[in-house]
Amino acid sequence: MTGDIAILAYGLAAIGPGIGIGLIFAAYINGVARQPEARGVLQTIAFTGFALVEALALLGLVFAFLFKGQTG
Amino acid sequence: MSLIAAGTESFEAPGIADFWQPLVGDGAFALTRSMVVFGVTAVVLSLALARVSGRLKPVPSRSQFAVEGVYSFVRNSLGRDIIGTKDFKPFIPLLFSLFTVILVNNLFGVIPFVQFPTFSRLGYAIALMSVVYVTYHTVGIRRKGFIGWLKSFVPSGLPGWIVPLMFVLEFATFVIIRPATLALRLMGNMLAGHLLLLVFTLGGEYLLLHSTVINKAPGVMSFGMTLVMSAFEILVEFLQAYVFVLLTAVYIAGAVADEH
Repeated sequence: MTGDIAILAYGLAAIGPGIGIGLIFAAYINGVARQPEARGVLQTIAFTGFALVEALALLGLVFAFLFKGQTG
Repeated sequence: MSLIAAGTESFEAPGIADFWQPLVGDGAFALTRSMVVFGVTAVVLSLALARVSGRLKPVPSRSQFAVEGVYSFVRNSLGRDIIGTKDFKPFIPLLFSLFTVILVNNLFGVIPFVQFPTFSRLGYAIALMSVVYVTYHTVGIRRKGFIGWLKSFVPSGLPGWIVPLMFVLEFATFVIIRPATLALRLMGNMLAGHLLLLVFTLGGEYLLLHSTVINKAPGVMSFGMTLVMSAFEILVEFLQAYVFVLLTAVYIAGAVADEH
């Protein structure tokens, strides 16, 4: 079996942001369910946090391509 | 796509190389498929919007109603609610253009016979990102002055010893991380989604035509997955256009916000 271990590493790197984004949107749904009129404010906060957390996954994606096929 | 038709019986997975599709010429000055799609988007979008906005009526026609819906969505829930009632007006053209251009380009990823998401090429995403980048820094420097702009990176009320550290971190966030992720998010989502469709389509074709009889059923299932993932793609395409413009608005809001 051949392949690139960088892609496997990206899979590992995506676990953290995945959990993080899940927590953010869980909190967002919770907030909107408790207080539907706060949706607008919460949406901005949720997506700003989502962007921040997703940055990690995106950096992982870039590094996976950057270090692809490098040996030693 | 020529990988399978080459007659070799081994399946070669699609990769990044499938997104480089020069139509005329080759190398740095080639006319690529993504350039054509972007040009078509520009023409279609400007013609459609000029046509609709040229004959506005008190009782809107169906097309006017649709365009007004998109416009008021961008103006109210992205512009006014995030940037604030005081400053949002000069930025509406930017936000609306970004939203429509990204949305139409993304939707071309699933529209039959076009089926190429322009923003799966990083260069296009970087071009849009640089417009946003220049905008929110220029607005910030104009509003706060150069020193105030530098000061605005660090939240006020921190103990003195932590300020240099926070400044380095926040400077990296504002100048490198934010623009880089803005472009990469759009490109990564479009690339990954289209690559997934490509895997299911090419895999299904290989299993159906070039493999053993047992593999015919998974081949059909693979084509089924293509349909399911296409529906998911449409959702992602809307979401990415929304997220890009939302983050643009958030960054601009941070630039125009008063010190607090």
